[in-house]
Amino acid sequence: MTPSRTAFAAILAKDLRSELRTLQSLPAMALFAVTTFVIFRFGLDRTSLSGSLASGVLWATLLFAAVLGINRLFVSEREEGGFDAIRLAPIDRSVLFAAKVAALLVYLGALQLVTVPIFAIFFLDDAAGLGPLVVVLLLTDLGLAATGTLISSMAVNSRARDLLVPLVLLPLSVPLMIAATGATEPLLALGGPSYHRFGTWLMVLGLYDLIFGLVGYAVFDFLLED
Amino acid sequence: MPPAQEKAGPAISLAGLRRDYGDRPALEGVDLELGVGTSLVVLGPNGAGKTTLLRILATLLRPSGGEVSVLGCSLPNEAWKLRGRIGYLGHEPLLYRDLSGRENLRFQARLYGAERAEAEGRIEELLGAVGMERRADERVAELSAGMRQRLSICRCVLHEPELLLLDEPDSNLDAEGRELARELIGPAPGRTRVVVTHDPDRHVPEADKVLRLGIGERAVVS
Repeated sequence: MTPSRTAFAAILAKDLRSELRTLQSLPAMALFAVTTFVIFRFGLDRTSLSGSLASGVLWATLLFAAVLGINRLFVSEREEGGFDAIRLAPIDRSVLFAAKVAALLVYLGALQLVTVPIFAIFFLDDAAGLGPLVVVLLLTDLGLAATGTLISSMAVNSRARDLLVPLVLLPLSVPLMIAATGATEPLLALGGPSYHRFGTWLMVLGLYDLIFGLVGYAVFDFLLED
Repeated sequence: MPPAQEKAGPAISLAGLRRDYGDRPALEGVDLELGVGTSLVVLGPNGAGKTTLLRILATLLRPSGGEVSVLGCSLPNEAWKLRGRIGYLGHEPLLYRDLSGRENLRFQARLYGAERAEAEGRIEELLGAVGMERRADERVAELSAGMRQRLSICRCVLHEPELLLLDEPDSNLDAEGRELARELIGPAPGRTRVVVTHDPDRHVPEADKVLRLGIGERAVVS
């Protein structure tokens, strides 16, 4: 068997190289998010948001932008025979799951690197909450990447892939979004960040990550069977 | 290097192999023994189950019934032991279109755990063998179907497999390409091959055994 670390690095590098070369996912995700912020800005007719409204606008936008990337996560494997190539290789198939989660984490991180500062410029009077927000973003991204990779691998063989991913992923991500918005709300509160129940929400996020990470790792092998 | 074979015995042994797609049988009662270092040619009309047979042998499909043993491993239970020992050339080239030919082969080499320096040497050797050295840095999407097939043959033999499973290996290849590919995947002493083809004139004279599959008919080995 090939060491899992070698196979993981090979698959991740291949995915990132392909994305850098074709820019099929990231620009679309970023453009969607920025456009949504513009729509919120004019739709709400507010130049400043705080608390639960700011938190809701941020996470609803990031979640729907993430769906665009999740939809395409396994397309090259499906359309170019990558699943067969990986199933023939002497590797633990769960490595593919781990590598795709890591690739999605990189996409989400890059998306947020561009869009969160734009969100702050559009809506926030005070950027003091952005520092601790990084922890919330990391934990939420991890959960979204684990769930998204799992759903995407199931949906990729369906002709209704574009419909199936949001239909299954969005209900599954409700607990994640409740915790993410709950943790973000006090950070973006009017008058500066507070840490009311911040730790509790972080623990909920961590628990979600753990559950879906383990479920994905455990069932992924079976999902690759014919 | 490939690991030693699990047990002595035939390379492939099939007894009553069956595969169904829903209610429709694709393969029914295939019996076969193929020795190590010999060649089998599989013939039959479209829909007879040739590709299905090859995918079962490659561990990409589960049999619905019967006994299947490949290189001493019973399928599907011991499929994991076979990974890395089979070279599979299917209808799809199994190459990523946005990567170059060389990048695809490097990716495959890493999946098979090859050391970087060893892999580079092997990749150059194979690219030279199929006449692709000068086109290897172009994206696969920009290559012709014949060039992709040459690369796919390199991918198939990159890890020096013990068993070659070849589905229409000549497809899209010109005369020069067929001759070059022959060195890598053609009959040779000690090379065990299963070749699915619609060109019996070319492949049957080189075969040790021929398996004829028919639609709704029992398979015949000659």
